[in-house]
Amino acid sequence: MGVTGEVLVTAGVILGLFVVWQLFYTDVLSSRTQNAALENMDFVEDFHVPPVTVSGGVFSAADPDVPIELIPDELKVYTPDGAPIAAEPPAPESFGRLWVPRWGSDYVKPISQGTDRRITLDELGIGHYQGTAMPGEVGNFAIAGHRTTYGKPFADVDKLAVGDALIVQTEEAWFVYRVTGSEIVLPHQVEVIAAVPNEPGATPTEASITLTSCHPRFSAAKRFIVHGELEYWAPTGHGYPEEVFGTS
Amino acid sequence: MMYPWLWRHLPGPTWARVTIVVLSVALVVLSLFEWVFPWVSEMLPYQDQTVGE
Repeated sequence: MGVTGEVLVTAGVILGLFVVWQLFYTDVLSSRTQNAALENMDFVEDFHVPPVTVSGGVFSAADPDVPIELIPDELKVYTPDGAPIAAEPPAPESFGRLWVPRWGSDYVKPISQGTDRRITLDELGIGHYQGTAMPGEVGNFAIAGHRTTYGKPFADVDKLAVGDALIVQTEEAWFVYRVTGSEIVLPHQVEVIAAVPNEPGATPTEASITLTSCHPRFSAAKRFIVHGELEYWAPTGHGYPEEVFGTS
Repeated sequence: MMYPWLWRHLPGPTWARVTIVVLSVALVVLSLFEWVFPWVSEMLPYQDQTVGE
C-alpha cells in the first residue's frame, strides 16, 4: 500500500468519524445542554410533571401523594390583552419552555434567544428569531429548530395536526397556542415569520406562533413551516394547563 | 509509506510506542469532534432550518 492508499484510508476513517459525530454524538451533547437549560430556568411549575393516569378522557394523579394542580378556568384569558410580555433577552439566553403533547407526554424543551447555529440552535435546540414577537405578544412568535441531529427538537414537525396544542411557558405566564396549518416553502421565504404570517407589512391583531425546520429530513432544500394562534394565556403559579397532559 | 515511517521513528520500546500511538489517535479524534466537525457542519448547508435572505 503506497502513501496515496494511506491517505485515502485515513480520509475514509475521518469521513466515517464525521458521520458518527453528526448522527449520534451531536444528539448526546445537545440533549445534555438542553436538559441543563431546562433545569436552569427556575419557573414556579416544574418541568417534571406529576404522573397522570387517563381513563375515559378524565385524568387524575397517578400518585395520590403528588396531586396535580390545574389552572382554574377563571384565570384563563382568551385574548392576548394584558398578557405579561417578557423583553427579548440577549442571545443565547433561555427564556421559556415549549411543550408539545403531540410529540409525547414528556416533550418539553428550552426556547433560547437567537437563531445563530453554533451558539443557539446546535447547542440549546429551539431558537427565537430576533425581532419577532415574544410569547403571547400580538405578532408572530417565530422559532426554529433542528429536525435531525443536535437533539432534534423539531424531529416530528410534520406530524402536527390542525388543533394540536403548542404550549409555551415563561417565567410569568402559560401561553396555549393551537396549530392552524403547515406549509413547505423555500429557504428565502421570510414572509412565513412576518408579524402576520405570509402578509409582510400588515399590522398584526393576533398572537401567532411559527415553527421553522428543514425539509426534507437531512436536507436543506426547503423549510417545513407550522403556524398557530394563541388560544388563551394564564399566569404562572396556579398549576398546569391541562393541555400539558395531552388530554385535549 | 508514512505510517511505517512514523512507527520506526517513535522512540522507546514497543509498549511505549503503542501508548504514544493510542494517545495521539485519541487527541486527533477529540479535536475533530470538538472543533473541526462543528465548524465543517456549519459550513455545510444540509442542516439549516431557518428562513432568511
